Order: sequence, then structure tokens, then C-alpha cells
Amino acid sequence: MELERIFDDLRALVEDPSFPAVRRWLEANPQGKVVGHFQVFFPEEVAHAAGLLPVKIAGAGGTVQVRQADARIAAFVCSIVRSSLELALSGRLDFLSLMVVPNICDAARNGCGVWVRSFPQMRVETLYHPHNASSAYAVDYLVGEYRRIGRVIEELSGRPITDDALRASIALFNENRRLLREVYRIKRETPWLLSAVESYLLVRSAGLMPREEHNALLRRVLELLPQRPAKKQDRIRVVFEGGFCEQPPLDMLAVIQNACYIVDDDLMIGLRWITEDVPLDGDPWRNLADSYLNRSSYSPVQRDPRKPKAEMLLRRIREAGAEAAIVAAAKMCEPGLEEQVNYSRALDAAGIPHLVMEFEETMTVFEQVGMEVETFAESLLFQFA
Amino acid sequence: MSTSAQEILGVSRREGRRLMDLWWQRMTEAAQTGHPTAYVFVMAPLSELLLTFDFVINAPEITSLQTAIRGQSQAYIQLAEDYGFSPDICGYVKADVGVQLKQGEHPYGRVPKPALVVTNNVCNTYIKWAEFWEHYYGCPVFTFDLPGWRGRESLREGTEAFRETFENDCRYVLGQLRELIELCERVTGKSFDIDRFREHLREANRMAELYHAVCDTNRHVPAPFNAPLEGVTYQGIANLYRGTPEGTRYFELALEEMRERVRLGMAAVPDERFRLVLVGTACYSHFRRFVELFSSWGGVFVHSTYMVFAGGGFLPGFRYDLRRPLESFAEQMVRATYWGWTGAMFYQQEWLDQVVRDWKVDGICFHGVKSCRTTSTGLPDVREWMRVQRNVPGLFIQSDLVDPRLWSDAQIKNRVDAFFEALAAHKAAAGR
Repeated sequence: MELERIFDDLRALVEDPSFPAVRRWLEANPQGKVVGHFQVFFPEEVAHAAGLLPVKIAGAGGTVQVRQADARIAAFVCSIVRSSLELALSGRLDFLSLMVVPNICDAARNGCGVWVRSFPQMRVETLYHPHNASSAYAVDYLVGEYRRIGRVIEELSGRPITDDALRASIALFNENRRLLREVYRIKRETPWLLSAVESYLLVRSAGLMPREEHNALLRRVLELLPQRPAKKQDRIRVVFEGGFCEQPPLDMLAVIQNACYIVDDDLMIGLRWITEDVPLDGDPWRNLADSYLNRSSYSPVQRDPRKPKAEMLLRRIREAGAEAAIVAAAKMCEPGLEEQVNYSRALDAAGIPHLVMEFEETMTVFEQVGMEVETFAESLLFQFA
Repeated sequence: MSTSAQEILGVSRREGRRLMDLWWQRMTEAAQTGHPTAYVFVMAPLSELLLTFDFVINAPEITSLQTAIRGQSQAYIQLAEDYGFSPDICGYVKADVGVQLKQGEHPYGRVPKPALVVTNNVCNTYIKWAEFWEHYYGCPVFTFDLPGWRGRESLREGTEAFRETFENDCRYVLGQLRELIELCERVTGKSFDIDRFREHLREANRMAELYHAVCDTNRHVPAPFNAPLEGVTYQGIANLYRGTPEGTRYFELALEEMRERVRLGMAAVPDERFRLVLVGTACYSHFRRFVELFSSWGGVFVHSTYMVFAGGGFLPGFRYDLRRPLESFAEQMVRATYWGWTGAMFYQQEWLDQVVRDWKVDGICFHGVKSCRTTSTGLPDVREWMRVQRNVPGLFIQSDLVDPRLWSDAQIKNRVDAFFEALAAHKAAAGR
């Protein structure tokens, strides 16, 4: 019962476009300031170390009707860029002092210009993560870029980010990443104990509340999960790929999990981007930059020749013990749709069954998705029987 | 060298065609002989460096554009879609994929396979495009990472924040430049010759001056050239012949012709009535029609953002310091990325403000293309900003760069006609 209540609360939080946990934090910290960061990755420790609250802005799903943003953005742009802007234009992000848009794609970067023009009272910055990730100069550059954003944050907070404060924040976020890795271990090893929607809520909520609270929440969930009276069912094990930026609706994940166990995925990968602890000794800025580049996952919006994406997907499938993959892409997402071609051909070559699909965060009808996934899953159950 | 008026009129078109044919001849020969070809993009082309290693340069945006000019883009796009590419992916990418799937067969010649790809992040789709070649050919891909425009405050020149950001970016770009040189040496087996590099920089300096001088001739009323029409040739030559004596000579002739047209009062659009800026690109599958919709109303495009971001990154005052060629090259790349490539697309209102004033502009056409989120995403917002903040009328239309399926003639014509009617009333009200 306690677990169900936790997941109900998390769903309410994730689907509430008024950001209730942020507003509660501001009530408790009236002088506090909030840093919004768009997908995919942002070094939240830098904001935390200055006493600011970092909040992930990842679209509104179907919770807000996009009206004003449609008048400012061209028609053939993905939903997450327009619904994130709508959240701000409709006053729901009035708590932001700074909005950071990483250089993930052309729509997001161009959208940053719209934010700058639309909100003269808000500081808006593009953060340039290296796309030449294998360059010997990339870490040094990123240290400089993180320090640049750090200076902007220091101006807002009025206090310097000391190395010790940054190390303490890194330790807090290391703990969060460790707990999330544990969530994913359970999902891989005993997916009947934790559904795809539930694991998603656990990850997504990390970007919507203070990490101290989130760590406590994860610890409690991880205590309760092994006691869950759930039994293993005869379902195929799949990896879901395509949720690195725009998020599929929860009901779409629910439809998929009715037919399959999603044993790994790239949903909200930015909050799980760093895959090992960031070292605490030495220069914390360098450790953060080095971890972004060298202790990290992969996505279609980061170019790193050391991590060919199709090979990384095959590895994810292999390590999760999956039998198949669902290769999705958000509608109008240029990098996601382009990567879909690469993934699909690599999976064909490796003989791994996969289902290719498109989604949009605002989708409300899932009969067709359900039918496609069920047909796919049934055909595989026969094949593997 | 002076040329008579008779000879000079039309020279930029004739010479542009000759140079374009010559480029295709070199490409086709390279496809036959296996001469090393480098694939690069029109934003951040790096020609000065690649020419030092004798690469033939392929600019796939230009070859894709040309499939549309020849009315054949749809067939190539269809091939790419059959291969797996979505209808929502950039048409330039798909037209090129179609060409590659047909072993380089192109309406103008044959596209050689890449010995090296130098991609960059000025347009993120460039990276995904390059990954296709990487998978398809197994060729080396160098991703030249160029940090761009950051926001309103961070790149304000003269501030400490700007200095620190600029220096950090330059160190990164210079480091990558050295890594790229090593890769070029490995691919070609040739050693880097800094004196040859310096000569290409010298030519690029001269070309940049001439490019701006040509653009400036359009401040004259009536305008001597139409930015999407003649301008696309200027951009093509600025990219394909950047850093070469042929390119420099071309712009000397183009400048001579435009000055002659100004002297004679020759207008690009007879009975010029409306002076416009094009924000974005034209639609190349309906190129003549696109221009005609405006020129039939006496509308001439005196400038375009396209001539800025696809014109080689030549900013006003662009100049390589030949005493420190590599360092200066890196600095100019960073500046061009800030203001010429990313800033000109994401935060263009300041540039527009200046052009509206200096080029005596009546209205702005914002052309969003499905193929290009880089150029198109925020156009409706900029249009509104220019209308509200500067009282400059704007038209927003949408189609594509090269996909003819996305051109809706009646709908676009209706919007263009309505715009001109409103523009005439706006001019009359302003007493112009």
C-alpha cells in the first residue's frame, strides 16, 4: 500500500504542470532561486552548490494546451520545444531566475532565442557540451564552459561556488545516481517487481524536487520493492529506445508494459547520464566535465566516436538480457528520427527483432500502439517458445 | 583590369555558371580517379585548410540544392525514404542520401565518395548527416565542434565574461584544428604546409572584402541584384572557391558588374516598389516561382540572412592575421560561429534592425522550411518582435528547401498577395 501511494503521488507530481514541489521549496526558502534546464544533460551540482534549486524542464506532456507557443514557433517543430515554452508563456515557470538550454539539437538552440526575446527579465543561456567528445581538448573546454555557467549562477545567488560546496553537491548527486542505478538493476533482474511506468516516475521526479528529498524517497522505495507480492509472468523482455528528450506519454508506456517487460531504456537519460560516481578528490569542476565525457551514457544528440550509438544500443540490449527492442522517436525530432534508421539497420544486421514507432508527448489514443506491441510481442513469444 | 560595360553586364551569371561547371568537372574526375575528396558544409567550410592538402571539396548542401533546381529532388528523396528516412527529416540529407544510394549519380555529374568528412555542430543535422556517410562508407569523420551563440548577456563584447568565453572557445577550436591537420596528413600522406595555408587565408581575406562590397551595392535604390537569385550564386562561389584566386577574381567581376548596374540605374526587379529582406532560404524546388511571387509585385530582396549564414561566415571586418595563421583562423571561426552562423539564425533581430535601416527595407519575408529547424524554428517569434518593437511588417510562409511535396502554390500566393496589399497600405500611411 505504501508503495502504491508513493507511485500515485509521483504520478500526480509528474503530471502537475504547476511544479508543486518547486513551489513548496520556495515557500520554505523565500530567498531561494530556481534554475531551469532543458533536456538532455545539465550539471545540476553547479546550481545546487550555490544554493539554487535545479529543475528539469522536459515539456508538458498532455497537461497543458499549447496556444501561445504555437504563434512563436514554426509548425514542424517537436512538441517538447513548444510545450516547454508554453509552460513559461503561461506563467507556470514564473519562479525561474535562469533557464539553461543545452545545445542538443537545432530546434532547442533556436528555441533558446525565442526564450531570450520572450522573457527579458529572465537570464537564458545556451550551454555548449562538446560534440567532439573524443578530442584531447574537450575536457579542458568543458571545464571552462561549466565555470562560465557557474559564474552566471554565482551572480544570481550572490555567493561563490567553493570547491568544497561543489564536492558536497557532487556527493549528494552521486548518491542519487547510485540509487537510480539500483532501480534499473531491479528493473533488469526482476522486472515484475517494478513496472516501466513506476521506474519512469522514480527517474522523472528526480528533476522535479530537491535531491535530498528524492534520495530519501528512493531509499524507501528500494526497501519496499523486494517485499512486493508480484510474480514473474511470461512476457518478452524489451529495451525501449527513443526517450532521451521528448517523453512518451505514461499511458503509452503502460500499454507497452502490458505486453512486455521493459528491462532497460533511455527515458530521461540526462538524469542518469553519468554512469559512475564522479570522483570527489581533486578539482570538482574537472571531475564533472570529465565524467560528462568519460563516465557516461549515450544519446543521438551527443557525437562521440568512442561510443557508436548502434553498438551502444546492442550492448544495452545484451546487458539487459533483452530479446527485442522498441525503437521509438518523437514526432518531428530530427536527431531521433535519423538515429532510428541507424538503429534499425544495426538491429536487422544483428538479427534482433524490433518494432519501430513514432510518438508525441500529447498523444491520447493508444489503441494502435497497443495493437502493434501486442502483435509484436505475440509473434516473438511464438518464436521463442 | 578594367572591362567594358558591354562585357561586364551579366558577367557574374556567366562566370558563376562556368565556375560551377568547372567544380562539377573536378568532382566527376575525382569520382573516376579516386582523388581524395573532403565533404564539408557551407557553414564552417574549412576550405582554406583542406585546399592546403589538395582535397577536392564537396559541399553536399549545394549538390542537394541542385537536385531541386533540376526538378529531380523528389526522386532522390523518395529513395532515402525507402531506405528508412522519415518524411520529417531534412530534405537536403535525404536528397544526398538518394544520390549516394545511386553511386553518386547526380543531374550535374558524379559525386565522389568521401575520403574525409569534416562535419560540425553549427547545424546539428550536419552531424547526423555525416554519421550516415560514416556508416555507409566507413570513412573518417572529424566533428569540428564550434561553440556558438549563448544568450543575450554572455557574448557582450568588451566584458570580462566575453573575454573568458571567447578565449576558452578559441583554445578548444585551435586544439581541434591541430587534430584535424594530423588527420588530413594521415588521409592524404601530405605534410601540412603553413605557407600554402597562409596563401589561402590571404585569398579568403580578399574574397571577404569583395563579398561585403557586393552586398553593399544593394543599399542602392533600385537594388542591382535580387538576394535569393544572384545571391545564391554568390554563396555557392563563396563556399566552393573560398580561399582561391578563381574565387577572388569572381567577386572582383561581380562587384564591377554591380557597380556598373548601379551607375546605369539598372534594377534587379524592374519598377522596384518594395524592398524586402528574406529571412531563411528560398524554396529550390520552386525557385523561379518563389522569386516571381515577389517580383511580380515589384518586390526585390535586397538582402537575406541566408547570404550571412551560408555566405562563408564573412562578417563585416573579417580578416585573418597572416602572421599567426592558425590562431587567427581559430578566432575567426569562433567569431563567425557566434555571429555569422548561430547568432544570425537564433537571435537575428539586431542584424535585421540594422539591415532594415541601412538597406531601406519596407518589409520582411520569413520563410520557414520543414527541412531546416536550424533556420526556421523561431521565425514567427522574430516576425512578431520586428512588428511590435520596430513596426516593420513581416510575412511568414512555410514550405521546404527541396521537397516539392511541401510547396502549396495557391496558399503561398494568397499569403504573399495579401502581404503586399498590406505593405502598400503601410507604406502609404508612412508617406513613403
